[in-house]
Amino acid sequence: MSIELEIQLVAVVVSVACSLAGVFLVLRRMALMSDAISHTVLLGIVLVFFITRDIASPFLVLGAAAMGVATVGLVEALVRTRLVREDASIGLVFPALFSIAVILITRYAGSVHLDTDAVLLGEIAFAPFRRLEVGGVDLGPRSLWVMGGVLLLNITFIALLYKELKLSTFDPGLAAALGFAPGLLHYAFMTLVSITAVGAFDAVGSILVVALMITPPATAYLLSDSLPRVLILSAVIAALAALVGFWTAWLVDASIAGCMASAAGVLFLLAFLLAPERGVIAVARRRSRQRWEFARLMLAIHLLHHEGAPDAANESRETHLGEHLRWEPKFARRVVSEAADEDLLVRLQDGRLELTETGRDSARKAMLV
Amino acid sequence: MNPLRDLLFDYTLRTVALGAGTLGIVAGALGTYAVLRRQSLLGDAISHAALPGIVLAFILTGMKSTLVLVLGAALAGWLGTLVVMMIVRHSRLPEDSALGIVLSVFFGAGLVLLTYVQKLPDASQAGLDSFLFGQAATMLERDVVVIAVLGAIALLAVVVFWKEFKILSFDPEFGASLGMPMRSIDILLTTFLVIAIVIGLQTVGVVLMSAMVIAPAAAARQWTNSLSVMVLLSALFGAMAGVTGALISSTAQHVPTGPTIVLCATVLVLISMAFAPERGLIWAAVQRRQQRRQIRADAVLGDLYALAGHHESEHAHDVTVLEAMRAGRTDVHRALDILEERGLARRDGTGGWTITRAGRAEAEQAGESGPDGQHEREGSA
Repeated sequence: MSIELEIQLVAVVVSVACSLAGVFLVLRRMALMSDAISHTVLLGIVLVFFITRDIASPFLVLGAAAMGVATVGLVEALVRTRLVREDASIGLVFPALFSIAVILITRYAGSVHLDTDAVLLGEIAFAPFRRLEVGGVDLGPRSLWVMGGVLLLNITFIALLYKELKLSTFDPGLAAALGFAPGLLHYAFMTLVSITAVGAFDAVGSILVVALMITPPATAYLLSDSLPRVLILSAVIAALAALVGFWTAWLVDASIAGCMASAAGVLFLLAFLLAPERGVIAVARRRSRQRWEFARLMLAIHLLHHEGAPDAANESRETHLGEHLRWEPKFARRVVSEAADEDLLVRLQDGRLELTETGRDSARKAMLV
Repeated sequence: MNPLRDLLFDYTLRTVALGAGTLGIVAGALGTYAVLRRQSLLGDAISHAALPGIVLAFILTGMKSTLVLVLGAALAGWLGTLVVMMIVRHSRLPEDSALGIVLSVFFGAGLVLLTYVQKLPDASQAGLDSFLFGQAATMLERDVVVIAVLGAIALLAVVVFWKEFKILSFDPEFGASLGMPMRSIDILLTTFLVIAIVIGLQTVGVVLMSAMVIAPAAAARQWTNSLSVMVLLSALFGAMAGVTGALISSTAQHVPTGPTIVLCATVLVLISMAFAPERGLIWAAVQRRQQRRQIRADAVLGDLYALAGHHESEHAHDVTVLEAMRAGRTDVHRALDILEERGLARRDGTGGWTITRAGRAEAEQAGESGPDGQHEREGSA
């Protein structure tokens, strides 16, 4: 495998793993917990590093994941004191823990591999240089194996606990009533998020973990209402963001992780504007269509109301609509001509408007008579 | 080294401390509103979103002057908040997701620009990445002037729009019903929050600046229920954290400024949460204990009253009797001491206890008003 291919592979695996866990974070309104966890795992790494003095130690991952779960626990403990609200307690806990980690790194670990830039930027470009060798056989980049494992863990977790996750996400009350132990599931899920964050953290840095965990699921959530589809879409979008990001970075020679986050942002923007049902443009078009539809119906009802009445001759003139329905002349002209196009009414020689049978029907139907 | 002497006579240190203190005041004051409005993490999004603005301002102007960079940061931060508001208004995504998207995508774009700048053949770009974690040591007097002027504008706005911001924070619907333009006021307040955040970026850094908005305000909240006192206290806490953090980081080797200031602010939060009267954890624990004791004393008083009913009124009862009545679950001696203090029970010469006239009245009242009355008295105790 070429170096480029290996980097792309790592990028795709990282993004997909993050996005799967992220779907439930977005749906459970815990998006910013990913921000907190992706920062505090650093403290876990640093603390374990001080004990083991080995940057490749597998305990680093364990320590980091434990710190992630501890972060969730701390935030919740802080909320339980009722002295600070949830948003503020997230904002208090993770900067404090992250600060401790940064100070420890700059003060005591300056000469080793841990440095603060790597924390923020990640080193996905170096992923191919750290190989996994077993018995002298090169098995590929180490991070590919690590993140592959994390991805598998995510898939297994979601597949095994799909029903439980779904229920406790959409109806925590019912989940508790049915005895699903939402607290246990919550912490198990947060452990999964932490493990994913640690793995991804190494590749793309702490803040871009947030980009990969939140943006693709949020994009998918704009495109579909069904949970399985949101999961699949989110994985596809994440993979796409990784590839587009990699090639952009390769073309302009910039940070790969930064480009992946930007690509995810662009994909989100596209969905935000163009999503078929909920996109800004679709909504605006639907609103305008409904406005004209409603106006035509109003016109038909108005005409039906005065049909056969003594004032019918006056009320059924286009020029009179401004007075009665408070329509601008231009608006009235367009409504009348659209209504005529739809065969709701016909324009008589003397300028009066007369409903057709279709027009009468739809007016009656609208008034429920 | 003596930090206090240095603060007075060392020019660099004085500048740094002044700058950090000023930004603490401004972030503390404006942060009050963010915390009260449950928008604490908006600050996080703003400070991260400012990164591309900083780098872009440098690319476009080629200057590293604080004013230019701060303006770039402010524009990007402001744009970021508008995007958050737009996502929340025009899609079904909850606010936390919108914040997460803006925070991370803007920051990612900033990193792309930053790596681009680092390749430019221009020596002066070195140090742009100190915006990530802040580097107070490089602060010059004119930077402090920029911070002070922008900060003064933001503080002035708090005073001028005091009433509007207060209504926005506590009852925006009421404000809207009075015909006040709540959306514009919201944008106005957010704009000044953006200013408060960007002036701190150089010192505290993009990554941690949000803590400077949240921590002082969260600490101040514990001490008071009044908005004006909270704003002042929060500004004071912010200044304390800023100055202390800057001092520590400039006197010790290899201690980054931003994280140190954040930790100082966190310590203030912990102290406040523990010791603040009325709300603090220790205060609450003491309160609970006193209440529990009160309840026990009342129970013993009830026993004494019941005993007095069986005997002629002045008959004294031995402690062991009372202990038996409480089934050994209560420290009867202590309860009796409390009752004696309140004049509800009396010890006679032989060591027995009698209920007093006042105690009788109290017990009768408690009996009449039933269990509810009991609760009422516990509540006010």
